[in-house]
Amino acid sequence: MLLLLARWRWWLAFPVVLVAVAASTAAASWELVVVLQEGTQVYRLGSWAPSIGIEYVVDLLSAFVAVIVTSVSMLVIIATRRIAEREAGDRLGAFYGLVLLLLAGLTGMVVTGDLFNLFVFLEISSLAAYALVFQGGRPAMLAGYRYLILGSIGGSFYLLGVGFLYFTTGTLNMADTAAALALDASARSVQAGAIFIFVGLGLKMALVPLHLWLPDAYTHAPSSVNSLIAPVMTKVGAYAMMRMFISVFPDGYLTNVVPIADALLLLGLIAIVFGAIVAVAQRDIRRMLAYSSIGQIGLIAVGIGLATPLSFVAAQLHLMNHAVMKATLFLSAASVRLSTGLTDVSDLTGMGRRMPGTMAAFTLGAIAMVGIPPTAGFFSKWYLVQAGVESGQWVVVAVVLASSLLSAVYLFRVLEHIYLRPAQPDAAHAPVVIPQGGSNDEPADAGESPADVIAPALLLGAATIVLGILNSWIVINVLDRAGL
Amino acid sequence: MIDEVAARFPFWMSGLLIAIGLYGMIGKRSLLKKLVGMNIFQSAIILFFIAGSIREDATVPILLEAGHGVAAANPADFVNPLPHVLMLTAIVVSVAITGVALAFLVRIHHEFGTTDEVSLLEQVRR
Repeated sequence: MLLLLARWRWWLAFPVVLVAVAASTAAASWELVVVLQEGTQVYRLGSWAPSIGIEYVVDLLSAFVAVIVTSVSMLVIIATRRIAEREAGDRLGAFYGLVLLLLAGLTGMVVTGDLFNLFVFLEISSLAAYALVFQGGRPAMLAGYRYLILGSIGGSFYLLGVGFLYFTTGTLNMADTAAALALDASARSVQAGAIFIFVGLGLKMALVPLHLWLPDAYTHAPSSVNSLIAPVMTKVGAYAMMRMFISVFPDGYLTNVVPIADALLLLGLIAIVFGAIVAVAQRDIRRMLAYSSIGQIGLIAVGIGLATPLSFVAAQLHLMNHAVMKATLFLSAASVRLSTGLTDVSDLTGMGRRMPGTMAAFTLGAIAMVGIPPTAGFFSKWYLVQAGVESGQWVVVAVVLASSLLSAVYLFRVLEHIYLRPAQPDAAHAPVVIPQGGSNDEPADAGESPADVIAPALLLGAATIVLGILNSWIVINVLDRAGL
Repeated sequence: MIDEVAARFPFWMSGLLIAIGLYGMIGKRSLLKKLVGMNIFQSAIILFFIAGSIREDATVPILLEAGHGVAAANPADFVNPLPHVLMLTAIVVSVAITGVALAFLVRIHHEFGTTDEVSLLEQVRR
């Protein structure tokens, strides 16, 4: 539909997408309110009862994640309108079609209550993501292809795991599976299934030894794409992992019988350190943010891996915070690239004066990422440290604190370039040619990006502070009731 | 050992195919061969599911005398149809992925003139 519409009148594509995404944001928010008041909502597709039919189950956790995914991507879509027009050119319709497909897949993954349905949505969103990444020019082609191969290994492993569970329990419905496994989970096929599912979802959420697709994909994807994919894509993988812990496998199964929680904990810790250290060494700002994403995913994995109620709260809170922070940072980077075509950290010298709005947003995101108190990033790390203390895992405490320091190192290095170094002559760097360069209304050394790019970025940046202040409300009313 | 393999031949076969597919995806330099490896992997999973639906002496799951008043037939007489349906969906997914991957490959070949991973990486780095 959209594709045809866009062929007919290309400028209609953006408003239609915006209306669709705004509608789904509104629906998700309303759903969250309903779930808060009335408890878990169930929708049976075609009114077939579960175990035969597929059902959608929206509990607090999924409503919460759905709100994050839809609202963050709505802001990103608004902000990247100009960038997308310039990058996608006459394929704008296809571009927005893929964006909608991606969001449909992600929200589908969040609301579904069926293991196989989750696989289908997983592949839908991944397919759209592969195609979106692929559009970013020559290096992106290779990155996109590699992403496709690794991503489908992940999907296939997940499907294999689901197969093991299905042949043991005879059902694909999550609640029924949980009931069957609660009675008897001793079979070795269940263990095999758990491990396959863990590997598959670990690939999708870019947990450390399985992260190889992420840096290239985020670096070379078009700016409009990476600021959309980076905040939400891996988060939904992490959500699916939590879902396995909460509503598929019985309590304690993944901690005691199969040590998946320990594996998550260990890999998460490695990811935090690895992501931060490698990020310090990066010159390209998008690559730096990509490696920092790997580290932040590590934080979420540690939260899941500790597997206490408090650490789950921390993981969920960080899931939200990181989505908001990363959207802010990537949008700022995209805004710089839109106006100047520059992508290196050293190019940002003196930008504080030339693009004050963009850089203010970047600073907010960076402060939140480091975790300075009034911002959101502080509180999720705080809960994580508390959870670590509670369960006596002092390594977690040490690593989380060290990760703050390390992210301070790589982010403040950028801030130093932005604000403290004197501006250097512009001619030093030839601007990168953005593919499909549209009208040349903005020369390479233009000042600030247009307001509709900055406003959403600033809004997201402000959201990191607002969410930080509101965190106790969110934790008490939503997350405490959603967790284990 | 041999008895065990013979008794559950499809499962061992799908395990073998998964290993071959993974090797193809990871070990081969040509992007096209990686894609073939991926397809072998996915076929192995399809085989795994279908093999799981088999029952001894069972027949196709079609209820011949379906209608009101006819009691449900004994489920043990029929092959489990659900895995087949699931695999139909999985085949669609894998066809879609293969299609996208082939489209990527055509573009890559058009752009770089090769699908060999090592030389592609060299070209990108330059």
